[in-house]
Amino acid sequence: MKRTLASAIIAAHSSEKGVEGEICRVKVDFAFANDITAAPAVESFREMGAKKVFDPRRCAVLPDHFTPNKDIASAEQTKRGKEFAREQGMLYWEVGRVGIEHAFLPEKGYILPGDIIIGADSHTCSGGALGALASGVGSTDLAAVWALGETWMKVPSTVRVEYTGSRPGWLTGKDMILSLLGRIGVQGARYMALEFGGEGIASLPLDDRFTMANMAVECGAKAGLFLPDEKILAYAGERAARNFTPVYPDEGAAYGRTERFSLDAMEPAAAMPHSPDNVKPVRECGSPKIDQVFIGSCTNGRLRDIAAAAKMLEGKQVHPDVRCIVIPATYEVYNQAMERGYLKVFTEAGAVVCTPTCGPCLGGHMGILAAGERCVSTSNRNFVGRMGSPKSELILASPFTAAASAITGRLTDPRDAADEKIFAYFEEE
Amino acid sequence: MAGSYEGTVWKFGDHIDTDVIIPARYLVSSDEKELGKHCMEDIDRDFVSKVSPGDIIVGGENFGCGSSREHAPLAIKGAGCSCVIAASFARIFFRNSINVGLPIFECPEGAASFETGDVGRVDPAAGTIENVTKGLTFTIVPFSPFLQRLIALGGLIPWVREELEARRKGA
Repeated sequence: MKRTLASAIIAAHSSEKGVEGEICRVKVDFAFANDITAAPAVESFREMGAKKVFDPRRCAVLPDHFTPNKDIASAEQTKRGKEFAREQGMLYWEVGRVGIEHAFLPEKGYILPGDIIIGADSHTCSGGALGALASGVGSTDLAAVWALGETWMKVPSTVRVEYTGSRPGWLTGKDMILSLLGRIGVQGARYMALEFGGEGIASLPLDDRFTMANMAVECGAKAGLFLPDEKILAYAGERAARNFTPVYPDEGAAYGRTERFSLDAMEPAAAMPHSPDNVKPVRECGSPKIDQVFIGSCTNGRLRDIAAAAKMLEGKQVHPDVRCIVIPATYEVYNQAMERGYLKVFTEAGAVVCTPTCGPCLGGHMGILAAGERCVSTSNRNFVGRMGSPKSELILASPFTAAASAITGRLTDPRDAADEKIFAYFEEE
Repeated sequence: MAGSYEGTVWKFGDHIDTDVIIPARYLVSSDEKELGKHCMEDIDRDFVSKVSPGDIIVGGENFGCGSSREHAPLAIKGAGCSCVIAASFARIFFRNSINVGLPIFECPEGAASFETGDVGRVDPAAGTIENVTKGLTFTIVPFSPFLQRLIALGGLIPWVREELEARRKGA
């Protein structure tokens, strides 16, 4: 049988063959929760009668959602996760060192090519950027992994997404994944895996690949995977916290279907309220007025995202009616952005720079919207009430588009707000 | 799983996401009753005051998409609903519901037949859903044998407990 990347990884972690549709018990390489999902996982873990996690070096709690704790209730919740991690000798990083889980764990070499990764957060699929089968679950499923080191998984059928052509500097991974969502919809890959490939992917920077893998779940997918190429192996090789074995699909693997895109024909895209698949080219969205811009999250808080926003805002001012909130996803990103002078660009432009947190993405804190307000956000979901009032509106877009909109005060195509020269820098890695 | 479920139906559309089932601002608790007080409030502010114990939520395609929050099926239980019927369920919500003991039933034709206010009846053993108001009966898409075993055992927690017990004895 010719295997896709997802089924090949499952087969490598199971005594079963990884045939599509089969339910397999798989060994898990790494399993983590955040400040919201850890507390219920701890309760389930105790109810299971479990005493010790399967391997404390492969289990982690990362406080990133409501942190630095926004109120007493969130502080109590975060504390329960921390106490459990300390009791078990698990990996735990405090605020000031931790970052948004899906950006931080790959940086620290805990998510590696060929791995099976289970996280109690739906955007765990971000790890697919490194060629891992990374999938989100709820707290009780995670507790079971902590207890057993295994989980059950149905071998998914795979949608292959092929890119040809060459990428203009202003075209980002965000535009690419939004365009896919616009075509296949929010259940276009339900229960399936996405496998990204084609010559157009070879030059795509890792940060953009993380953005694409991150939003696989918005297509309903279990995972979104990239094949471990030289870029991925170099990144993982220098950061790996343990040994790893990259896994590849078989030549001629059978895909459920194939979606093809030409990068030359793509445009900056936006998902309009209230669904991530309500996607149009930015120039066809009618330039609605906005009140806030958010640049950050596990989708777009990496260095290349922050650089894109900084290059757009350099020497410019945020529109007087707009709040522009920038949140680097990790301290590595934060410090690099500081060294490169990006943070100064933001504050001089009149933007806010916050400490790493999921914060406003899920309507937690650091930028909640009032009724009637509209925000252009680089995050992943624009459901009703996601960033605050159920009467607010969210538009999802790339960091270029978000920064361009911050300047004009309206949803704006980056090509209409900046000199073409800015984008030359982003044509290459 | 309990015998059967009968209650008034509350009908929702396609792609009901976990952010509207239970908004993130309430995720500072994982208590079922506490979460239940805010179930569906961003899509229907009065839902919690209208719903009665045993009522049934009916959704369209991809029910429970979005966040992995297990708080979503807990909130539905906490609001007093007996079960959810939908044309299809999002992957993580599906697993979470089985894990926390919220009965869910996939039945595209049955889901389409209901309107808010209809009376629904589910007989899991017979594998049928009845739209009592309209006098229609539908067949539930059956769970895989693996899931049937998991549900019969009482969900994931007893399953892991048994597994750990077996490992201890084997060791």
